[in-house]
Amino acid sequence: MIGMLIVSHSRKIAEGVQELAEQMGQQQVLIRAAGGMSDGTLGTSAEVIHAAATQLGSTPIDGLLVLLDLGSAVLSTEMALEGFAKPFVISDAPLVEGAIMAVIEAAIGGDLERVAAAAERTKTLRKLLG
Amino acid sequence: MRITTDYVIQFLDTVAARIKEQRAYLTELDSPIGDADHGTNLDRGFSAVVAKLPTVADKDIGTILKTTGMTLVSTVGGSSGPLYGTAFLRAGTVLSDRYDLADEDLVAALEAALAGIMMRGKAQPGEKTMIDTLAPAIDALKSARAGGADLVTAVREATVAAELGMQATIPMLATKGRASYLGERSIGHQDPGATSAYLMITVLGEVVEQIAAKASS
Repeated sequence: MIGMLIVSHSRKIAEGVQELAEQMGQQQVLIRAAGGMSDGTLGTSAEVIHAAATQLGSTPIDGLLVLLDLGSAVLSTEMALEGFAKPFVISDAPLVEGAIMAVIEAAIGGDLERVAAAAERTKTLRKLLG
Repeated sequence: MRITTDYVIQFLDTVAARIKEQRAYLTELDSPIGDADHGTNLDRGFSAVVAKLPTVADKDIGTILKTTGMTLVSTVGGSSGPLYGTAFLRAGTVLSDRYDLADEDLVAALEAALAGIMMRGKAQPGEKTMIDTLAPAIDALKSARAGGADLVTAVREATVAAELGMQATIPMLATKGRASYLGERSIGHQDPGATSAYLMITVLGEVVEQIAAKASS
């Protein structure tokens, strides 16, 4: 099973995306949120991300997909995951759409490559049809 | 020149004070091309460093710098946290177990810090970042040293190069960080990271001048 980590500058965004994705994952996918600074202010913290990733890493997940918002989320996540013991992918996908497509793939037992690809495909997802 | 632990602490305290003074200016620079938090973020980070320094003041310079780096990583909140954090961690690694430094140690630590920033940010000179201040400053420092200049003169030359490097970010197009989302609109603004890096180089220059003045008095 693939675990997912949601990184955002905002704790509310990270927890909201986690909530939304969990609803789609039917309690089958482990998802953690790492949003904002440890004091709750806006920003990204390698420490907060590291703590959430370590917690996920201690579960029986086979790999980790990280979805993030923008800017410093990338640098903070790269730093936080240095030396992470399990395979992981930091996704370039849009946060909300990527998380939802990834959790659907993860819930049916997709491996890290498939889960990451499902998130990545949302880059060209069309919401408005016709 | 002999740079002792006390001067390293003084450097960090003075950087923190300078950033606090310039907080509004750094944030103002970050408003048109970023998320208007560079001054606030760095002030929060360096205030946390100042609070932490007494716990490591009797330790080696490597430990002091590594503690500074880790504190910045966990408290800054923006990209400058992992970037300056990595810089201080790398410099601290070079200076492990050292309680005083010679001139060449300072150069080696600065080079390691710059290499850390370039690695972390996957960035090169010319991309409108702190690297545009630091790379020419370190080049100037090294070339002055190679030409036989003493450390005070070499750091003065580095400070001039840092200022020119910082100003050279104004016409640059940002390709890294949030400013890059603005594309062409990032042109015409001085980079906040290049500016905070310049503040740090000027403080380094002041501390080196003080050490030299004390040695000759």
